[in-house]
Amino acid sequence: MKFVDEFRNADQAHALSAKIAALCEPGRHYKFMEVCGGHTHTIYKHGLEDYLPESVELVHGPGCPVCVIPMGRVDDAMHLASNPDVIMTSFGDMMRVPGSNGSFFDAKAQGTDIRMVYSPLDSLKIARQNPDKRVVFMAIGFETTAPSTAMTVLRAAAEGLENFSVFCNHVTIVPAIKAILDSPDLRLDGFIGPGHVSTVIGCRPYEFIARDYGKPVVVAGFEPLDILQSIYMLMLQLSEGRSVIENQYTRVVPWDGNVVALQAIGQTMELRPYFEWRGLGFISHSALRMREDYARFDAELLFDVPGVRVADPKACQCGEVLKGVLKPWECKVFGTACTPETPIGTCMVSPEGACAAYYNFGRLNRQRVKEVSNS
Amino acid sequence: MCLGIPGEVIEFVSDQPDLAKVDVSGVRRVINVGLLADDPPKPGEWVLIHVGFALSKIDEDEAAAALEFLEGIGQAYEEELAALQESMIE
Repeated sequence: MKFVDEFRNADQAHALSAKIAALCEPGRHYKFMEVCGGHTHTIYKHGLEDYLPESVELVHGPGCPVCVIPMGRVDDAMHLASNPDVIMTSFGDMMRVPGSNGSFFDAKAQGTDIRMVYSPLDSLKIARQNPDKRVVFMAIGFETTAPSTAMTVLRAAAEGLENFSVFCNHVTIVPAIKAILDSPDLRLDGFIGPGHVSTVIGCRPYEFIARDYGKPVVVAGFEPLDILQSIYMLMLQLSEGRSVIENQYTRVVPWDGNVVALQAIGQTMELRPYFEWRGLGFISHSALRMREDYARFDAELLFDVPGVRVADPKACQCGEVLKGVLKPWECKVFGTACTPETPIGTCMVSPEGACAAYYNFGRLNRQRVKEVSNS
Repeated sequence: MCLGIPGEVIEFVSDQPDLAKVDVSGVRRVINVGLLADDPPKPGEWVLIHVGFALSKIDEDEAAAALEFLEGIGQAYEEELAALQESMIE
């Protein structure tokens, strides 16, 4: 099997696998959510579910920044971009996300000035080079990208740049986790905490999950062994009747996060009262907007933005996939009408999306997939 | 975009203490290191980069592991590198 060959440490993986199995109580089913799309990717690529006992199930969470953007916001961005004075700038990941009337790529092909950038600082440069145009940066992502938007806005302010603004769609991971915990659809036993988001926010914001919900969280790295180790740590907590926040990824994640990054976000942005997430609906205090002091960089205030809520295509079940209620292959259009080349839903667009990860790597143990699908 | 990419700090940009030239899989570009102001990296050290900003310092082993993970992702990492190649942060 491919994934075993690729494993540099197959022996260690099997040892962890045995330790996890030894902690399973007979008759109990364990369900852990990996919040981050990067973890989903590792799990599928290395077939990690086949290293777990049948009673330990991994469900995929909402931690894919492109996947959670609701269609209405894509339409709003498209409306902004259609202004002939505007140069819209966006990360490549966002370019293929479908709105009601196609994606950024489609609009670009039809002549709309939409430019792909690597960094918001590249948008800033485009603004400097085009003083007669208004350059809008389509800001998306969790706390891994929010600091860069914040720093870019601070830079624009310092330079007195007047033709640069941000269409802010930054979301924060913790309220989404809380929404999932409060959802009656899903009973979880613990969380594999996001790796890179935690380099910014640290581990403290997860403490309420252990304190108020009695669920353990282990912040994990992206190597296959990191994830198996984290599952073992979760199982160990459960077997000992504990629920605390642990950091398996100490080699990268400091307990208190990146204080400079948090300060930059706090200086330029504030929480919105609510924000719509694809699949999860409206979640209180779950997204960021520009603070009043930086209103001159807020595209939502500078331009007319329709702000219309648009329902997802009926056939698409990204919502259920993002909540962990459905596995990718259980969606009606998975792999047929919806593929990475012609995505209907966002989960198929980004490589961090559960559907794209599953589509690209497939599961090797088809029998078990069938069993899960039929159960 | 959401996943950090490892880069080795080559040198700082003169007159701009927040900017450093890094090497990411052979692509050399300028990034912002202002978010590491509390503990700035030195040339030869490795950082995890998110959309043009270094967010954390890592050691060489972690950089190698992160690189292997990203190369496993395939096309998405190639696109990220291609985007970085186009990047002209100043």
